[in-house]
Amino acid sequence: MNPEPIQAALPCHPQDDLLRTDRIPHIWCSGCGIGIVFNSLITAIKKSGLNQDEVAVVSGIGCTGRMAGYIALDSFHTTHGRAIPFATGLKLARPQGQVIVASGDGDLLAIGGNHFIHAARRNLDLTVICVNNFNYGMTGGQLAPSTPFGAKTTTTPLGSPDEPFNFCALAAACGAVYVARWTALHIRRLTTSLVEAIQKKGFSFVEILAPCPTAFGRRNQIRKPVELLRMYHDRSVVRNDLDPNLAVIDFAGNLVVGKFVDRTRTTFLDNYGLVNRREAPDWLGLEHERLREEKARAGAGQ
Amino acid sequence: MASKAVLTGTHFMNGDDACCEGALAAGCRFFAGYPITPATEVAERMAKRLPDVGGIFIQMEDEIASMAAILGASWGGVKSMTSTSGPGFSLMMENIGLGLCTETPCVIANVQRAGPSTGLPTLVAQGDMMQARWGSHGHYEIIALAPSSPQEMFDFTVRAFNLSERFRLPVLIMADEVVGHMNERVVIPPAEEIRLVERRKPTEPPGPGYLPFRPEADGVAPMATFGMGYHMHVTGLTHDERGYPAMDAKAQAQMMERLIGKIRQNRAEIDAWQAFGLEDASVVVVAYGISARSARGAVAYARQEGLAVGLVKLDTVWPFPEEFIAGLAGRVKALVMPEINLGQMVRELERLAAGRCRVELVPHPGGAIISPTAVLECIRKVLKEAS
Ligand SMILES: Cc1ncc(C[n+]2csc(CCOP(=O)(O)OP(=O)(O)O)c2C)c(N)n1
Ligand code: SF4
Ligand SMILES: [Mg+2]
Repeated sequence: MNPEPIQAALPCHPQDDLLRTDRIPHIWCSGCGIGIVFNSLITAIKKSGLNQDEVAVVSGIGCTGRMAGYIALDSFHTTHGRAIPFATGLKLARPQGQVIVASGDGDLLAIGGNHFIHAARRNLDLTVICVNNFNYGMTGGQLAPSTPFGAKTTTTPLGSPDEPFNFCALAAACGAVYVARWTALHIRRLTTSLVEAIQKKGFSFVEILAPCPTAFGRRNQIRKPVELLRMYHDRSVVRNDLDPNLAVIDFAGNLVVGKFVDRTRTTFLDNYGLVNRREAPDWLGLEHERLREEKARAGAGQ
Repeated sequence: MASKAVLTGTHFMNGDDACCEGALAAGCRFFAGYPITPATEVAERMAKRLPDVGGIFIQMEDEIASMAAILGASWGGVKSMTSTSGPGFSLMMENIGLGLCTETPCVIANVQRAGPSTGLPTLVAQGDMMQARWGSHGHYEIIALAPSSPQEMFDFTVRAFNLSERFRLPVLIMADEVVGHMNERVVIPPAEEIRLVERRKPTEPPGPGYLPFRPEADGVAPMATFGMGYHMHVTGLTHDERGYPAMDAKAQAQMMERLIGKIRQNRAEIDAWQAFGLEDASVVVVAYGISARSARGAVAYARQEGLAVGLVKLDTVWPFPEEFIAGLAGRVKALVMPEINLGQMVRELERLAAGRCRVELVPHPGGAIISPTAVLECIRKVLKEAS
């Protein structure tokens, strides 16, 4: 058989138009969840009907951070943890652009955690996508702020003494206007969420629980990618509109997923315009009498 | 029509304010920063001025974020800057490297105070000169300017933007507390008399053959920015002319040649100094920033005494004017450098003199400027010992 005509006849991948095909093969391991999220993101960008010249993807450093390198859009692979502040400058300099940040759990919420909370507080119009694989994949499987208590990583060989935290609850507490969590198996819901997050004005956050068989699964009794996916399938429960504080990730119990927050707040740029056009309402300030009146009305005594 | 961005006229203002006005006159429309003495006034004036000229000011959560944000803004097509002092400058280092690697025009003003660590927040030093040169990891070329007056804070900030746009890199303004806080006459010319340089844009249309990091004959690649349709990839990993990561020694060598070459190849446009009385000088004081003013006083006294002393004031401190200083070292008996540190730039003099003339440091640990008398005494001593 002559392989050449077969190659020529191979259909292109349906996402080729938004892939840097000259960079394939990519670096991701087989069985990794990042590719699923990446595919879903490309689908969402197409579905959202945006002018693709006006969409930028910004990543930090990590396996997930490599997404910026494979998407055929204006794309920026920055420094570890700094995707959000870079994206902040990019967005504010070009407000008509849609800026999507896609990065890992360590990147966005360990080294970059401070930027995350402040971008959410300011309600910057960014879409932030976090692939949570419960560890630092790129550097070979170390402890992340998402690593479950007791889980083994190369820097917690006998099990993690740290408690992880709930990214969705954090995002909501800091003021994110859209917060959702899915697993890499919830492809349709994830894609819908990504479209909604992209179209949402303000700081939107989508977390994806994704398998990392190479660095995390293998040290925690699940080597096979398909078994990891089965675990996600069996343990995940959808609880839309649940208070994200209650949306826990408990490997012994439930992995709660769903769309938790979808609300409206004026964005940083809207507020910046209002304040500088002198149209924002005055802050009532520290006027003494007013405070006493309010306190008296609340019946707080003295 | 008078422009809101260019405050044409004669002012009495401090160096930090003049830095802000220089930036606005140069077309800066994005500032991200974090308050720190003695650079805060730059940010405060930016916060007031930028909205009126259609720009954005944002106070970030720290200097790491500030530096990242100005890089992002530059890729958004807007001239951007930040200002800081020692501790903040330390925090900016990693992303200054990202700016160098991704060839991102932007300006960072470091209004130096005494260190190490929190040091003397309100008092002068010139202790970050080597950090400016080598503070980010890896090997690179950088451009740094050293203003010595509020007027130069204005002029050099305009020049810093021009150099950053011309050569696509972060340019540093290495000011200090005294220059930042002193009030002096600052003349801002009419807008049409201020020469501005804008980054070159690619001339070819977007398409598969586009190479975002392919340099032109002068070593500098035209720059496409977000939204122009080029769909380029920008990374701090070692990359090829396509902008794609390339993980091998050959790609590293090619990229380094590009990053270093564009500066070395264009030294004539970058080097800048002012020389006085070199013709008959057997001792030359080489100085920069606020210490150049101490030096100027000392040289004036010395010449009144009939001593054969000249002055070189370095306007561009990095890259160091190697050829010029090496030539000078071959002609004079001694080079004297006052600096508010315990010996940083003087190492460059020693390296270039290579034993051909004496090199003397007038050091100061920081907290005050160097008195002209201290420099004068050094000149007298050197001349006496030479005769
Ligand atoms: C300042 C800095 N510190 C450390 C590193 C090394 N490093 C690279 S990626 C990474 C962790 C990535 O983990 P995560 O963000 O979860 O991404 P993943 O690889 O799991 O997708 C680390 C620590 C770095 N590049 N820069
Ligand atoms: S190490 Fe883990 S996260 Fe990284 S590509 Fe492999 S499976 Fe994916
Ligand atoms: Mg991870």
